[in-house]
Amino acid sequence: MARDLAPEVERLLLSRDPNTKKKAALCSIRIVRKVPDLAENFMGSAAENIKEKHHGVLISVVQLCTELCKASKEALEYLRKHCVEGLVRILRDVTNSSYAPEYDIAGITDPFLHIRVLRLMRTLGQGDADCSEYVNDILAQVATKTESNKNAGNAILYECVETIMSIEATSGLRVLAINILGRFLSNRDNNIRYVALNMLMRAMAVDTQAVQRHRATILECVKDADVSIRKRALELVYLLINDTNVKPLTKELVDYLEVSDEDFKEDLTAKICSIVEKFSEDKLWYLDQMFKVLSLAGNFVKDDVWHALIVLISNASELQGYSVRSLYKALQAYGAQESLVRVAVWCIGEYGEMVVNNINMLDVEEPVTVTESDAVDAVELALKRYSVDVTTRAMCLVALLKLSSRFPPTSERIQEIVVQNKGNTVLELQQRSIEFNSIIQRHQSIKSSLLERMPVLDEASYLMKRAASSQATVSLTKSATTATPAGSLKIPNGVVKPPAAPLPDLLDLNSDDVPVTTSATTTAPDNFLQDLLGIDLTNSSTAGGAPSATTDILMDLLSIGSFPVQNGPPTTSNFITPGQAVTKHAPATPQVMDLLDGLPSSTPLPDENTAYPSITAFQSATLKITFSFKKQPGKPQETTMHVSFTNLTSVALTDFMFQAAVPKFIQLRLDPASSSILPASGNGSVTQSLSVTNNQHGQKPLAMRIRISYKVNGEDRLEQGQISNFPAGL
Amino acid sequence: MINFVLLISRQGKVRLTKWYSPYTQKERTKVIRELSGLILTRGPKLCNFVEWRGYKVVYRRYASLYFCMCIDADDNELEVLEIIHHFVEILDRYFGSVCELDLIFNFHKAYYVLDEILIAGELQESSKKNVARLIAAQDSLVEAAKEEASSISNIIAQATK
Repeated sequence: MARDLAPEVERLLLSRDPNTKKKAALCSIRIVRKVPDLAENFMGSAAENIKEKHHGVLISVVQLCTELCKASKEALEYLRKHCVEGLVRILRDVTNSSYAPEYDIAGITDPFLHIRVLRLMRTLGQGDADCSEYVNDILAQVATKTESNKNAGNAILYECVETIMSIEATSGLRVLAINILGRFLSNRDNNIRYVALNMLMRAMAVDTQAVQRHRATILECVKDADVSIRKRALELVYLLINDTNVKPLTKELVDYLEVSDEDFKEDLTAKICSIVEKFSEDKLWYLDQMFKVLSLAGNFVKDDVWHALIVLISNASELQGYSVRSLYKALQAYGAQESLVRVAVWCIGEYGEMVVNNINMLDVEEPVTVTESDAVDAVELALKRYSVDVTTRAMCLVALLKLSSRFPPTSERIQEIVVQNKGNTVLELQQRSIEFNSIIQRHQSIKSSLLERMPVLDEASYLMKRAASSQATVSLTKSATTATPAGSLKIPNGVVKPPAAPLPDLLDLNSDDVPVTTSATTTAPDNFLQDLLGIDLTNSSTAGGAPSATTDILMDLLSIGSFPVQNGPPTTSNFITPGQAVTKHAPATPQVMDLLDGLPSSTPLPDENTAYPSITAFQSATLKITFSFKKQPGKPQETTMHVSFTNLTSVALTDFMFQAAVPKFIQLRLDPASSSILPASGNGSVTQSLSVTNNQHGQKPLAMRIRISYKVNGEDRLEQGQISNFPAGL
Repeated sequence: MINFVLLISRQGKVRLTKWYSPYTQKERTKVIRELSGLILTRGPKLCNFVEWRGYKVVYRRYASLYFCMCIDADDNELEVLEIIHHFVEILDRYFGSVCELDLIFNFHKAYYVLDEILIAGELQESSKKNVARLIAAQDSLVEAAKEEASSISNIIAQATK
């Protein structure tokens, strides 16, 4: 409809009657907004009508020109060439005109026209030096002459300053603009101050020094009674922060945090946290500020903020004692703030002995006497408070467990506390309390190694993870593990999962309940947990792969003793399933993972050779088939596999034949086997190599159906199976 | 551009709405409800601008009526305050000391006036005299039409006697 009516409207734009003209102009604006292509049609008539006298027409036409410039570049160029003198003339006339009762508002003739023309000048002058030069004078005149005691005058000045900021103005003009802004900022009228703050944000791009001068006033505005002004001021302060003024400004903000009201607290907290993190060179200061923020507004602190805090604490070994003590003190005072409780409880659990023994005191600290039972008290209090949620309770339980190892005399009491949660309706807590209870009771021997200090959480990869902030896939964690030494474990919400070493113990203890927290906790960031499981997985699998690779080849299964995998197969497969995207069903054939033997203690070896661990593809009473993989670096779609067959019976198998079938998107090539007789009891093995090309590499995983036929004691036998536990990425 | 104009009484009753952007019926009621809640609860000393959903809403209170205009984020708020005042002054001049009752009983005329001031969300005429003249012309047209209608009915009435 707009296209149909456009010619009509164009015609009307050229009519005589000013009434019709102005309405036609505004109508064209609507059309141009709807169909920007038609902008060129209106260019000519718009430029013509700039010469009109009637104010109504002028306002509409100027507005039309602004809209045209927004809609098409051509129109912008055209109007730049033709209209600038006209505009300057109009503005000059209207500024210098004497009193005209018809258009007068608050002593200024037609402020609306002023403002429209100024805006058009802004659009035309942006990025164009000539145009800007041309309008410089008139801008200066308007800026100086306009009275600013009434709203109309202020509106014109506002528009003027905006224009000066956007075009290529001379420095004199810029100074003029900043002065006007300064005047606005100290005006008592709320509206004006709001507008000034708005403009200052723009001015930051132009001249930061000048804005810095007004820092104090802006800080005052943060505490203003008016919500809109507070918001603007806070944003502006955030932009103003640099290395030199970050400390005093943050101090001001944190002080204000104490007295601000609830809905503003959230914004304020978020801003303070991001400021502190950005300028966290000085760790002590960072910790101080974070502790204060946690104490005052812990409930508003986002999860990844206090995660980062914990990562930092674990890295800064000299500040750990200080952190724990400050947190302990804070916990006494501000126990109601969730995040504070979580961080404090985690730290007390990890570094309990530092609190009690005042280790690593810094100069600024006063000594504090905290006994072991005090520490346990604090955690117990946190646990028992009615308002805490599941995550915090879970963290408290873990902290108690750690304390029971660090402070052996309190073990009894801790056990009592832990046992109280045995019947808790929340699965997570119940599970933990039962597990921890059994650890305390029955497994004294491994308890201390179980509850060793957590390895330092790797900041670099944590930050990388946060930046990616996507679901951690196994491949990502693989690269992370190869990059970082010393088994970096990401914190899944403060759940302490000791390094892979004792993990199988836990698995053995709880054959049913695998300590997988992904099941119950909804608050836990799933990606971290998957991370954790993934890492453990790849650790163990690469560790499992390592011995196998170093025993030269998978083929030679005579090197018995490397694969006692059969222990606890269901648990391992359960363990894999939540973490691994690849193993979809709990396969009957466990992966080749040497959990119990090849325990990596705390440094799993990233083995570059076995990027893809060997798998036991098929196992029956008589036969075992193992696959090992090799890929060429340049061809991700092709994989060469070595299959090795072992005879588990005491009778030799003859006429051995292996067949394989693959889905349509995979091509398979089978080489002849080394022999068709499989000696008994694994005295030798038959090998065969095959190569597959996965045309949908990356999209669909590899799968294969196999058929083995052989003769045992003259009888024909046939075995079939499906292999779906290929490692991901094939 | 001005996205919509809203006139709300102190009690939250809507006296006039004009929409310059496409809003469905449901959206409109939602917007009205939200803004009423937002604006009516603001104290008297606070500034006249509220940020809402990425837009700015400029409002001013005249006696028991709140005049609200929603503008884009890059528009000049002070100017819109002036536009609101311009509108109110024209109404005042037209109705002669306008009060809320006038707007309730003559809402159609209020819409005519608004249409003479704003089109497509932009200001049309900055001269109060011109607007008054145009409205007066429209009124006389209405009068004339009414007269004609009544005269025809007279004729018919007479004819059917």
